[in-house]
Amino acid sequence: MYPVSELIKNLADQHGRNRHNLLPILQGVVEQEKYLSEYSMIEIARELDLPASEVFGTATFYSFLEYKKMGKYIIRVCKTITCSMKGKNQILLAIEDMLKIDVGETTPDGVFSLLQTNCLGFCHKAPAMLVNNEVYTDLTPEKVHDILNSYLKKQKEGGSHDN
Amino acid sequence: MTISYQLKRADFIFKNQNDWEEVLSKSLKRTPQDLINELISSELKGRGGAGFPTGLKWKLTSEISESTKYVICNADEGEPGTFKDREILSMVPFKVLTGMAVCGHVIGAKEGYIYLRGEYFFLLPELNKVIREFDYYCKEINFDFTIRVFMGSGAYICGEETALFESMEGKRGEPRNKPPYPSNYGYMGKPTVINNVETLAHTYTIFKYGAKRFYDLGVQYSRGSKLFSVSGDTPKPGIYELELGMSLADFVDEFGDGDTKAVQVGGASGFLVPRKRFNETAIGFQGKLVGISLPTGGSMMLFNSSRSMFNVLDNYLEFFREESCGQCTPCRVGCQQLLKGIKAVKRGEKNTRYLDKLLRLTETMKLTAKCGLGQSVANSFSSIVENFREEMIY
Repeated sequence: MYPVSELIKNLADQHGRNRHNLLPILQGVVEQEKYLSEYSMIEIARELDLPASEVFGTATFYSFLEYKKMGKYIIRVCKTITCSMKGKNQILLAIEDMLKIDVGETTPDGVFSLLQTNCLGFCHKAPAMLVNNEVYTDLTPEKVHDILNSYLKKQKEGGSHDN
Repeated sequence: MTISYQLKRADFIFKNQNDWEEVLSKSLKRTPQDLINELISSELKGRGGAGFPTGLKWKLTSEISESTKYVICNADEGEPGTFKDREILSMVPFKVLTGMAVCGHVIGAKEGYIYLRGEYFFLLPELNKVIREFDYYCKEINFDFTIRVFMGSGAYICGEETALFESMEGKRGEPRNKPPYPSNYGYMGKPTVINNVETLAHTYTIFKYGAKRFYDLGVQYSRGSKLFSVSGDTPKPGIYELELGMSLADFVDEFGDGDTKAVQVGGASGFLVPRKRFNETAIGFQGKLVGISLPTGGSMMLFNSSRSMFNVLDNYLEFFREESCGQCTPCRVGCQQLLKGIKAVKRGEKNTRYLDKLLRLTETMKLTAKCGLGQSVANSFSSIVENFREEMIY
Protein backbone atom coordinates (compact mmCIF):
# COMPACT_ATOMS: atom_id res chain seq x y z
CA MET A 1 0.00 0.00 0.00
CA TYR A 2 1.33 3.43 -0.94
CA PRO A 3 1.62 5.83 1.99
CA VAL A 4 -0.85 8.19 0.33
CA SER A 5 -3.51 5.48 0.24
CA GLU A 6 -3.00 5.02 3.93
CA LEU A 7 -3.28 8.77 4.49
CA ILE A 8 -6.54 8.86 2.54
CA LYS A 9 -7.91 5.93 4.49
CA ASN A 10 -7.05 7.63 7.78
CA LEU A 11 -8.59 10.90 6.68
CA ALA A 12 -11.78 9.13 5.62
CA ASP A 13 -11.90 7.35 8.99
CA GLN A 14 -11.47 10.68 10.73
CA HIS A 15 -13.91 12.81 8.72
CA GLY A 16 -16.38 10.25 7.40
CA ARG A 17 -17.12 8.83 3.98
CA ASN A 18 -19.98 11.06 2.84
CA ARG A 19 -19.97 13.56 0.03
CA HIS A 20 -19.92 16.45 2.49
CA ASN A 21 -16.67 15.12 3.93
CA LEU A 22 -14.90 15.44 0.59
CA LEU A 23 -13.38 18.88 1.06
CA PRO A 24 -11.73 18.19 4.44
CA ILE A 25 -10.24 15.01 2.98
CA LEU A 26 -8.89 16.81 -0.08
CA GLN A 27 -7.45 19.48 2.24
CA GLY A 28 -5.86 16.83 4.42
CA VAL A 29 -4.08 15.26 1.46
CA VAL A 30 -2.89 18.66 0.21
CA GLU A 31 -1.57 19.49 3.68
CA GLN A 32 0.67 16.42 3.63
CA GLU A 33 1.47 16.02 -0.05
CA LYS A 34 1.18 19.69 -1.14
CA TYR A 35 -0.89 18.59 -4.14
CA LEU A 36 -3.48 16.10 -5.35
CA SER A 37 -2.06 13.61 -7.79
CA GLU A 38 -4.31 11.75 -10.19
CA TYR A 39 -3.65 8.70 -8.09
CA SER A 40 -4.78 10.45 -4.88
CA MET A 41 -7.97 11.66 -6.50
CA ILE A 42 -8.82 8.18 -7.77
CA GLU A 43 -8.09 6.72 -4.35
CA ILE A 44 -10.32 9.31 -2.67
CA ALA A 45 -13.08 8.52 -5.14
CA ARG A 46 -12.73 4.81 -4.35
CA GLU A 47 -12.72 5.43 -0.61
CA LEU A 48 -15.83 7.65 -0.71
CA ASP A 49 -17.54 5.63 -3.45
CA LEU A 50 -17.83 8.63 -5.76
CA PRO A 51 -17.12 8.95 -9.48
CA ALA A 52 -13.49 10.05 -9.91
CA SER A 53 -14.70 12.81 -12.22
CA GLU A 54 -16.70 14.31 -9.35
CA VAL A 55 -13.63 14.35 -7.13
CA PHE A 56 -11.58 15.90 -9.92
CA GLY A 57 -14.31 18.47 -10.61
CA THR A 58 -14.46 19.55 -7.00
CA ALA A 59 -10.72 19.54 -6.41
CA THR A 60 -9.90 21.65 -9.45
CA PHE A 61 -12.46 24.29 -8.49
CA TYR A 62 -10.49 25.51 -5.49
CA SER A 63 -7.33 27.50 -5.98
CA PHE A 64 -5.66 26.17 -2.84
CA LEU A 65 -6.12 22.55 -3.89
CA GLU A 66 -3.21 22.14 -6.28
CA TYR A 67 -3.25 19.29 -8.74
CA LYS A 68 0.27 19.73 -10.06
CA LYS A 69 3.31 18.71 -8.07
CA MET A 70 4.31 21.56 -5.76
CA GLY A 71 7.35 22.41 -3.69
CA LYS A 72 7.54 21.96 0.05
CA TYR A 73 6.92 25.66 0.61
CA ILE A 74 4.29 27.29 -1.58
CA ILE A 75 4.73 31.04 -1.83
CA ARG A 76 1.54 32.89 -2.76
CA VAL A 77 2.02 36.58 -3.43
CA CYS A 78 -1.14 38.69 -3.30
CA LYS A 79 -1.77 40.45 -6.60
CA THR A 80 -5.04 42.24 -5.89
CA ILE A 81 -5.33 45.98 -6.13
CA THR A 82 -3.79 47.36 -2.94
CA CYS A 83 -0.85 44.96 -2.88
CA SER A 84 -0.35 45.64 -6.54
CA MET A 85 -0.33 49.42 -5.87
CA LYS A 86 2.10 49.02 -2.99
CA GLY A 87 4.82 47.21 -4.90
CA LYS A 88 3.79 43.61 -5.45
CA ASN A 89 5.88 43.50 -8.63
CA GLN A 90 9.10 44.34 -6.79
CA ILE A 91 8.36 41.55 -4.35
CA LEU A 92 7.79 39.08 -7.17
CA LEU A 93 10.99 40.15 -8.93
CA ALA A 94 12.97 39.77 -5.72
CA ILE A 95 11.65 36.24 -5.24
CA GLU A 96 12.16 35.32 -8.89
CA ASP A 97 15.74 36.58 -8.76
CA MET A 98 16.53 34.84 -5.56
CA LEU A 99 14.99 31.46 -6.39
CA LYS A 100 15.66 31.59 -10.15
CA ILE A 101 12.09 30.60 -10.99
CA ASP A 102 9.11 32.34 -12.57
CA VAL A 103 5.57 32.50 -11.27
CA GLY A 104 4.00 29.06 -11.59
CA GLU A 105 7.29 27.21 -11.30
CA THR A 106 8.96 25.09 -8.63
CA THR A 107 12.65 25.13 -7.77
CA PRO A 108 14.50 22.06 -9.12
CA ASP A 109 15.21 20.88 -5.56
CA GLY A 110 11.45 20.91 -4.86
CA VAL A 111 11.69 23.33 -1.95
CA PHE A 112 9.78 26.39 -3.20
CA SER A 113 6.89 27.00 -5.57
CA LEU A 114 5.95 30.53 -6.55
CA LEU A 115 2.35 31.53 -7.25
CA GLN A 116 0.21 34.63 -7.25
CA THR A 117 -3.11 34.70 -5.48
CA ASN A 118 -6.15 36.94 -5.05
CA CYS A 119 -6.79 39.22 -2.08
CA LEU A 120 -5.36 37.78 1.15
CA GLY A 121 -7.13 40.35 3.32
CA PHE A 122 -4.05 42.29 4.39
CA CYS A 123 -4.65 45.37 2.26
CA HIS A 124 -3.80 47.63 5.21
CA LYS A 125 -0.39 45.95 5.48
CA ALA A 126 0.32 45.56 1.78
CA PRO A 127 2.14 43.97 0.07
CA ALA A 128 1.45 40.58 1.59
CA MET A 129 2.22 36.94 0.86
CA LEU A 130 1.60 33.49 2.24
CA VAL A 131 4.26 30.82 2.63
CA ASN A 132 2.15 27.69 3.13
CA ASN A 133 -0.18 28.90 5.89
CA GLU A 134 2.09 31.58 7.32
CA VAL A 135 1.30 35.23 6.48
CA TYR A 136 3.96 37.89 5.86
CA THR A 137 2.97 41.53 5.50
CA ASP A 138 4.48 44.96 4.84
CA LEU A 139 6.94 43.28 2.52
CA THR A 140 10.02 44.85 1.00
CA PRO A 141 12.53 43.06 -1.26
CA GLU A 142 14.99 42.97 1.67
CA LYS A 143 12.41 41.50 4.00
CA VAL A 144 11.54 38.84 1.43
CA HIS A 145 15.22 37.82 1.29
CA ASP A 146 15.32 37.34 5.04
CA ILE A 147 12.08 35.38 5.05
CA LEU A 148 13.14 33.02 2.29
CA ASN A 149 16.58 32.60 3.87
CA SER A 150 14.95 31.53 7.10
CA TYR A 151 13.10 28.81 5.18
CA LEU A 152 16.29 27.76 3.39
CA LYS A 153 18.04 27.50 6.71
CA LYS A 154 15.21 25.43 8.12
CA GLN A 155 15.45 23.19 5.07
CA LYS A 156 19.21 22.67 5.51
CA GLU A 157 18.76 21.82 9.16
CA GLY A 158 16.80 18.78 8.12
CA GLY A 159 13.42 20.28 7.32
CA SER A 160 11.52 20.38 10.57
CA HIS A 161 7.83 19.71 10.02
CA ASP A 162 6.02 22.93 10.61
CA ASN A 163 2.75 23.84 8.88
CA MET B 1 -30.98 58.53 2.89
CA THR B 2 -30.08 61.36 5.18
CA ILE B 3 -26.46 62.24 5.36
CA SER B 4 -24.89 62.84 8.72
CA TYR B 5 -22.27 65.51 8.18
CA GLN B 6 -20.07 64.26 10.88
CA LEU B 7 -17.82 61.32 11.16
CA LYS B 8 -18.61 59.55 14.39
CA ARG B 9 -16.43 56.85 15.79
CA ALA B 10 -18.04 54.04 17.73
CA ASP B 11 -16.56 51.41 19.97
CA PHE B 12 -18.74 48.37 20.41
CA ILE B 13 -17.36 45.53 18.36
CA PHE B 14 -13.94 45.25 19.98
CA LYS B 15 -15.10 46.18 23.46
CA ASN B 16 -14.58 43.45 26.03
CA GLN B 17 -16.11 40.05 25.49
CA ASN B 18 -15.47 38.82 29.03
CA ASP B 19 -19.12 38.81 29.98
CA TRP B 20 -20.11 36.41 27.20
CA GLU B 21 -21.25 33.74 29.66
CA GLU B 22 -23.67 36.16 31.23
CA VAL B 23 -24.94 37.49 27.89
CA LEU B 24 -25.43 33.94 26.63
CA SER B 25 -27.20 32.54 29.68
CA LYS B 26 -29.45 35.60 29.99
CA SER B 27 -30.40 35.48 26.31
CA LEU B 28 -31.16 31.77 26.46
CA LYS B 29 -33.71 32.47 29.18
CA ARG B 30 -35.65 34.75 26.86
CA THR B 31 -38.21 33.42 24.39
CA PRO B 32 -37.28 33.26 20.69
CA GLN B 33 -40.09 35.69 19.91
CA ASP B 34 -38.75 38.18 22.41
CA LEU B 35 -35.22 37.98 20.94
CA ILE B 36 -36.51 38.33 17.39
CA ASN B 37 -38.47 41.44 18.38
CA GLU B 38 -35.37 42.90 19.96
CA LEU B 39 -33.36 42.31 16.78
CA ILE B 40 -36.08 43.68 14.52
CA SER B 41 -36.44 46.84 16.57
CA SER B 42 -32.66 47.41 16.45
CA GLU B 43 -32.93 47.51 12.62
CA LEU B 44 -29.67 45.60 12.30
CA LYS B 45 -28.94 44.80 8.67
CA GLY B 46 -26.47 42.21 7.43
CA ARG B 47 -22.91 43.49 7.56
CA GLY B 48 -21.66 41.28 4.76
CA GLY B 49 -22.79 43.86 2.23
CA ALA B 50 -26.21 42.74 1.04
CA GLY B 51 -27.87 44.38 4.04
CA PHE B 52 -30.76 41.97 4.61
CA PRO B 53 -32.52 42.68 7.94
CA THR B 54 -31.06 40.20 10.41
CA GLY B 55 -34.14 39.97 12.64
CA LEU B 56 -36.31 39.07 9.65
CA LYS B 57 -33.82 36.42 8.54
CA TRP B 58 -33.95 34.74 11.94
CA LYS B 59 -37.73 35.06 12.07
CA LEU B 60 -38.27 33.45 8.65
CA THR B 61 -36.06 30.51 9.57
CA SER B 62 -37.64 30.11 12.99
CA GLU B 63 -41.09 29.81 11.41
CA ILE B 64 -40.19 26.74 9.37
CA SER B 65 -41.03 23.55 11.23
CA GLU B 66 -38.19 21.14 10.62
CA SER B 67 -36.20 19.18 13.18
CA THR B 68 -32.77 19.86 11.67
CA LYS B 69 -31.64 23.42 11.10
CA TYR B 70 -28.26 25.07 10.89
CA VAL B 71 -26.57 28.31 11.88
CA ILE B 72 -23.65 29.29 9.68
CA CYS B 73 -21.20 32.08 10.24
CA ASN B 74 -19.84 33.32 6.93
CA ALA B 75 -16.13 34.00 7.45
CA ASP B 76 -15.19 33.65 3.79
CA GLU B 77 -14.08 37.26 3.70
CA GLY B 78 -12.73 37.54 0.17
CA GLU B 79 -13.78 40.92 -1.17
CA PRO B 80 -10.68 42.91 -2.15
CA GLY B 81 -10.07 45.53 0.52
CA THR B 82 -11.93 43.78 3.34
CA PHE B 83 -10.18 42.44 6.42
CA LYS B 84 -12.48 43.22 9.36
CA ASP B 85 -13.86 39.71 9.92
CA ARG B 86 -10.43 38.27 10.60
CA GLU B 87 -9.88 40.92 13.24
CA ILE B 88 -13.22 40.13 14.90
CA LEU B 89 -12.48 36.41 14.95
CA SER B 90 -9.07 36.93 16.48
CA MET B 91 -9.98 39.70 18.94
CA VAL B 92 -13.54 38.92 20.10
CA PRO B 93 -14.43 35.39 18.94
CA PHE B 94 -16.72 34.77 21.92
CA LYS B 95 -19.10 37.45 20.68
CA VAL B 96 -19.48 35.63 17.38
CA LEU B 97 -19.95 32.24 19.04
CA THR B 98 -22.51 33.71 21.44
CA GLY B 99 -24.40 35.25 18.52
CA MET B 100 -24.45 31.87 16.78
CA ALA B 101 -25.67 30.05 19.89
CA VAL B 102 -28.44 32.57 20.54
CA CYS B 103 -29.47 32.21 16.90
CA GLY B 104 -29.53 28.44 17.43
CA HIS B 105 -31.85 28.96 20.38
CA VAL B 106 -34.11 31.26 18.35
CA ILE B 107 -34.50 29.10 15.25
CA GLY B 108 -34.13 25.71 16.95
CA ALA B 109 -30.78 24.63 15.53
CA LYS B 110 -28.33 22.40 17.33
CA GLU B 111 -25.38 22.74 15.00
CA GLY B 112 -23.39 25.73 13.90
CA TYR B 113 -20.54 26.07 11.43
CA ILE B 114 -17.99 28.77 10.82
CA TYR B 115 -16.96 28.73 7.17
CA LEU B 116 -13.44 30.11 7.38
CA ARG B 117 -11.59 31.06 4.21
CA GLY B 118 -8.48 29.01 3.45
CA GLU B 119 -6.28 32.10 3.55
CA TYR B 120 -7.07 32.43 7.27
CA PHE B 121 -5.93 28.92 8.17
CA PHE B 122 -3.52 30.40 10.70
CA LEU B 123 -6.51 31.46 12.85
CA LEU B 124 -7.65 27.86 13.23
CA PRO B 125 -5.70 26.62 16.30
CA GLU B 126 -6.73 29.59 18.45
CA LEU B 127 -10.31 29.49 17.16
CA ASN B 128 -10.65 25.79 17.95
CA LYS B 129 -9.39 26.45 21.47
CA VAL B 130 -12.02 29.14 21.99
CA ILE B 131 -14.72 26.87 20.58
CA ARG B 132 -13.73 24.11 23.04
CA GLU B 133 -14.12 26.52 25.93
CA PHE B 134 -17.46 27.68 24.57
CA ASP B 135 -18.63 24.09 24.10
CA TYR B 136 -17.70 23.30 27.66
CA TYR B 137 -19.82 26.16 28.97
CA CYS B 138 -22.80 25.18 26.80
CA LYS B 139 -22.67 21.69 28.29
CA GLU B 140 -22.44 23.14 31.76
CA ILE B 141 -25.68 25.09 31.33
CA ASN B 142 -27.31 22.18 29.49
CA PHE B 143 -27.62 23.99 26.19
CA ASP B 144 -27.37 21.64 23.23
CA PHE B 145 -25.39 23.46 20.55
CA THR B 146 -22.12 22.50 18.87
CA ILE B 147 -19.95 24.71 16.70
CA ARG B 148 -17.42 23.46 14.17
CA VAL B 149 -15.11 25.18 11.75
CA PHE B 150 -15.27 24.31 8.07
CA MET B 151 -12.25 25.43 6.06
CA GLY B 152 -12.57 26.91 2.61
CA SER B 153 -9.85 26.43 0.01
CA GLY B 154 -9.37 29.69 -1.79
CA ALA B 155 -12.51 30.57 -3.73
CA TYR B 156 -14.01 34.07 -3.59
CA ILE B 157 -17.36 32.87 -4.85
CA CYS B 158 -17.86 30.67 -1.78
CA GLY B 159 -18.72 33.85 0.14
CA GLU B 160 -21.99 33.79 -1.82
CA GLU B 161 -24.29 31.97 0.59
CA THR B 162 -25.58 29.21 -1.66
CA ALA B 163 -22.12 28.59 -3.13
CA LEU B 164 -20.91 28.27 0.44
CA PHE B 165 -23.49 25.53 1.12
CA GLU B 166 -22.44 23.69 -2.03
CA SER B 167 -18.84 23.91 -0.91
CA MET B 168 -19.68 22.56 2.54
CA GLU B 169 -21.53 19.71 0.87
CA GLY B 170 -18.31 18.71 -0.86
CA LYS B 171 -19.07 20.14 -4.28
CA ARG B 172 -17.78 22.87 -6.55
CA GLY B 173 -18.67 26.25 -5.08
CA GLU B 174 -21.30 27.11 -7.68
CA PRO B 175 -24.21 29.31 -6.57
CA ARG B 176 -27.70 27.86 -6.66
CA ASN B 177 -30.79 29.44 -8.12
CA LYS B 178 -32.79 31.51 -5.65
CA PRO B 179 -35.51 30.90 -4.53
CA PRO B 180 -35.51 28.66 -2.57
CA TYR B 181 -33.76 30.86 -0.05
CA PRO B 182 -31.54 29.55 2.75
CA SER B 183 -34.30 30.11 5.31
CA ASN B 184 -36.14 27.24 3.60
CA TYR B 185 -33.46 25.31 1.82
CA GLY B 186 -29.89 25.90 2.96
CA TYR B 187 -27.05 23.62 3.97
CA MET B 188 -27.97 19.99 3.21
CA GLY B 189 -31.35 21.26 2.07
CA LYS B 190 -32.29 22.26 5.63
CA PRO B 191 -33.46 25.67 6.88
CA THR B 192 -30.32 27.68 7.57
CA VAL B 193 -29.46 31.07 8.95
CA ILE B 194 -26.25 32.35 7.44
CA ASN B 195 -24.81 35.56 8.86
CA ASN B 196 -21.63 37.50 8.37
CA VAL B 197 -19.08 37.49 11.21
CA GLU B 198 -19.66 41.17 11.96
CA THR B 199 -23.45 40.80 11.97
CA LEU B 200 -23.19 38.14 14.67
CA ALA B 201 -20.85 40.33 16.70
CA HIS B 202 -23.43 43.13 16.52
CA THR B 203 -26.19 40.83 17.78
CA TYR B 204 -24.05 40.43 20.90
CA THR B 205 -24.11 44.19 21.46
CA ILE B 206 -27.88 44.23 20.95
CA PHE B 207 -28.56 41.35 23.35
CA LYS B 208 -26.24 42.86 25.92
CA TYR B 209 -27.34 46.50 25.90
CA GLY B 210 -30.75 46.26 24.28
CA ALA B 211 -31.85 47.37 20.84
CA LYS B 212 -31.98 51.05 21.67
CA ARG B 213 -28.25 51.48 22.24
CA PHE B 214 -27.65 50.15 18.73
CA TYR B 215 -30.58 51.95 17.10
CA ASP B 216 -29.42 55.30 18.46
CA LEU B 217 -26.31 55.10 16.30
CA GLY B 218 -26.37 55.94 12.62
CA VAL B 219 -29.14 57.54 10.59
CA GLN B 220 -32.56 56.55 9.32
CA TYR B 221 -32.51 53.23 7.38
CA SER B 222 -28.86 52.75 8.36
CA ARG B 223 -28.81 52.12 12.05
CA GLY B 224 -25.84 51.17 14.14
CA SER B 225 -22.13 51.21 13.61
CA LYS B 226 -20.08 49.31 11.09
CA LEU B 227 -16.49 48.27 10.73
CA PHE B 228 -14.66 49.80 7.81
CA SER B 229 -11.53 48.33 6.30
CA VAL B 230 -9.51 51.30 5.10
CA SER B 231 -6.66 50.78 2.64
CA GLY B 232 -4.95 52.21 -0.41
CA ASP B 233 -3.49 55.73 -0.48
CA THR B 234 -4.13 56.68 3.11
CA PRO B 235 -1.75 57.63 5.92
CA LYS B 236 -3.70 55.47 8.35
CA PRO B 237 -4.81 52.17 6.86
CA GLY B 238 -6.62 49.84 9.23
CA ILE B 239 -9.98 48.90 10.71
CA TYR B 240 -12.29 51.57 12.11
CA GLU B 241 -15.72 51.36 13.63
CA LEU B 242 -17.86 54.26 12.44
CA GLU B 243 -21.51 55.15 12.65
CA LEU B 244 -23.34 54.62 9.39
CA GLY B 245 -24.57 57.55 7.37
CA MET B 246 -21.47 59.73 7.19
CA SER B 247 -20.72 61.54 3.98
CA LEU B 248 -17.85 60.34 1.89
CA ALA B 249 -16.37 63.84 2.00
CA ASP B 250 -15.97 63.59 5.76
CA PHE B 251 -14.53 60.15 5.43
CA VAL B 252 -11.93 61.40 2.98
CA ASP B 253 -11.14 64.37 5.21
CA GLU B 254 -10.28 61.93 7.94
CA PHE B 255 -8.57 59.18 5.99
CA GLY B 256 -7.40 60.73 2.74
CA ASP B 257 -3.83 61.81 2.06
CA GLY B 258 -4.91 65.23 0.78
CA ASP B 259 -4.74 64.14 -2.83
CA THR B 260 -7.61 61.66 -3.01
CA LYS B 261 -8.93 61.28 -6.53
CA ALA B 262 -11.49 58.56 -5.96
CA VAL B 263 -12.70 56.05 -3.39
CA GLN B 264 -13.79 52.51 -4.12
CA VAL B 265 -16.68 51.76 -1.77
CA GLY B 266 -17.56 48.12 -1.24
CA GLY B 267 -14.57 46.40 -2.82
CA ALA B 268 -14.13 45.28 -6.41
CA SER B 269 -17.84 44.52 -6.61
CA GLY B 270 -18.73 47.97 -5.29
CA PHE B 271 -18.65 51.44 -6.79
CA LEU B 272 -15.90 53.90 -7.53
CA VAL B 273 -16.81 57.41 -6.42
CA PRO B 274 -14.86 60.30 -8.00
CA ARG B 275 -13.95 63.39 -5.99
CA LYS B 276 -16.76 65.52 -7.43
CA ARG B 277 -19.31 63.20 -5.86
CA PHE B 278 -17.80 62.93 -2.36
CA ASN B 279 -20.22 65.47 -0.90
CA GLU B 280 -23.40 63.92 -2.15
CA THR B 281 -22.44 60.36 -1.28
CA ALA B 282 -23.38 58.80 2.02
CA ILE B 283 -22.14 55.52 3.35
CA GLY B 284 -24.98 53.28 4.42
CA PHE B 285 -27.89 51.25 3.15
CA GLN B 286 -30.68 52.55 0.93
CA GLY B 287 -28.25 55.04 -0.52
CA LYS B 288 -27.29 54.39 -4.06
CA LEU B 289 -23.94 53.01 -2.94
CA VAL B 290 -23.25 50.32 -0.40
CA GLY B 291 -25.94 47.75 0.05
CA ILE B 292 -27.09 46.83 -3.43
CA SER B 293 -26.42 43.15 -2.90
CA LEU B 294 -22.66 43.52 -2.65
CA PRO B 295 -20.93 40.38 -1.45
CA THR B 296 -19.04 42.13 1.33
CA GLY B 297 -19.36 45.41 3.13
CA GLY B 298 -16.99 47.90 4.64
CA SER B 299 -14.20 47.97 2.10
CA MET B 300 -12.92 51.51 1.50
CA MET B 301 -10.00 51.85 -0.88
CA LEU B 302 -8.59 55.29 -1.52
CA PHE B 303 -6.77 56.25 -4.71
CA ASN B 304 -4.73 59.41 -5.12
CA SER B 305 -3.91 61.26 -8.31
CA SER B 306 -0.84 59.13 -9.01
CA ARG B 307 -3.01 56.07 -9.73
CA SER B 308 -4.18 55.05 -13.16
CA MET B 309 -7.82 54.09 -13.09
CA PHE B 310 -7.18 51.85 -16.08
CA ASN B 311 -4.82 49.76 -13.95
CA VAL B 312 -7.39 49.64 -11.18
CA LEU B 313 -10.14 48.40 -13.50
CA ASP B 314 -7.75 45.98 -15.18
CA ASN B 315 -6.90 44.53 -11.77
CA TYR B 316 -10.57 44.15 -10.79
CA LEU B 317 -11.50 42.49 -14.06
CA GLU B 318 -8.60 40.07 -13.81
CA PHE B 319 -9.88 39.26 -10.32
CA PHE B 320 -13.44 38.63 -11.52
CA ARG B 321 -12.30 36.63 -14.50
CA GLU B 322 -10.38 34.29 -12.22
CA GLU B 323 -13.00 34.09 -9.51
CA SER B 324 -16.05 33.62 -11.74
CA CYS B 325 -17.22 30.08 -11.06
CA GLY B 326 -17.90 29.62 -14.76
CA GLN B 327 -21.33 28.02 -14.53
CA CYS B 328 -23.32 30.80 -16.20
CA THR B 329 -22.30 32.23 -19.56
CA PRO B 330 -22.92 35.96 -18.97
CA CYS B 331 -20.41 36.02 -16.14
CA ARG B 332 -17.86 33.53 -17.49
CA VAL B 333 -17.63 35.01 -20.96
CA GLY B 334 -18.55 38.53 -19.92
CA CYS B 335 -15.63 38.95 -17.55
CA GLN B 336 -13.19 37.68 -20.18
CA GLN B 337 -14.56 39.96 -22.87
CA LEU B 338 -14.56 43.04 -20.64
CA LEU B 339 -10.92 42.47 -19.78
CA LYS B 340 -9.96 41.88 -23.42
CA GLY B 341 -12.07 44.86 -24.45
CA ILE B 342 -10.49 47.50 -22.25
CA LYS B 343 -7.02 46.30 -23.18
CA ALA B 344 -7.89 46.56 -26.87
CA VAL B 345 -9.18 50.11 -26.44
CA LYS B 346 -6.07 51.07 -24.51
CA ARG B 347 -3.81 49.69 -27.23
CA GLY B 348 -5.80 51.54 -29.87
CA GLU B 349 -7.02 48.38 -31.59
CA LYS B 350 -10.65 49.33 -30.97
CA ASN B 351 -12.22 52.75 -31.26
CA THR B 352 -13.48 54.51 -28.17
CA ARG B 353 -17.12 53.78 -28.91
CA TYR B 354 -16.25 50.20 -28.08
CA LEU B 355 -16.33 51.26 -24.42
CA ASP B 356 -20.06 51.91 -24.82
CA LYS B 357 -20.53 48.43 -26.18
CA LEU B 358 -18.72 47.07 -23.15
CA LEU B 359 -20.99 49.14 -20.90
CA ARG B 360 -23.99 47.52 -22.58
CA LEU B 361 -22.40 44.14 -21.96
CA THR B 362 -22.21 44.88 -18.23
CA GLU B 363 -25.91 45.79 -18.32
CA THR B 364 -26.63 42.38 -19.82
CA MET B 365 -24.53 40.73 -17.14
CA LYS B 366 -26.42 42.61 -14.47
CA LEU B 367 -29.73 41.29 -15.82
CA THR B 368 -28.75 37.75 -16.66
CA ALA B 369 -25.93 36.55 -14.42
CA LYS B 370 -27.01 33.98 -11.89
CA CYS B 371 -25.48 35.47 -8.75
CA GLY B 372 -24.10 38.62 -7.20
CA LEU B 373 -20.63 38.17 -8.69
CA GLY B 374 -21.62 38.48 -12.33
CA GLN B 375 -24.28 41.05 -11.56
CA SER B 376 -21.97 43.34 -9.65
CA VAL B 377 -19.13 43.52 -12.18
CA ALA B 378 -21.22 46.27 -13.76
CA ASN B 379 -20.88 48.38 -10.60
CA SER B 380 -17.16 48.99 -10.70
CA PHE B 381 -16.95 48.80 -14.49
CA SER B 382 -19.53 51.47 -15.22
CA SER B 383 -18.53 53.76 -12.36
CA ILE B 384 -14.88 53.70 -13.48
CA VAL B 385 -15.46 53.91 -17.23
CA GLU B 386 -18.07 56.66 -16.96
CA ASN B 387 -16.04 58.80 -14.56
CA PHE B 388 -12.57 58.21 -15.96
CA ARG B 389 -13.22 57.54 -19.61
CA GLU B 390 -10.16 59.45 -20.79
CA GLU B 391 -7.92 57.28 -18.62
CA MET B 392 -9.28 54.19 -20.33
CA ILE B 393 -8.29 55.55 -23.73
CA TYR B 394 -5.01 57.46 -23.34
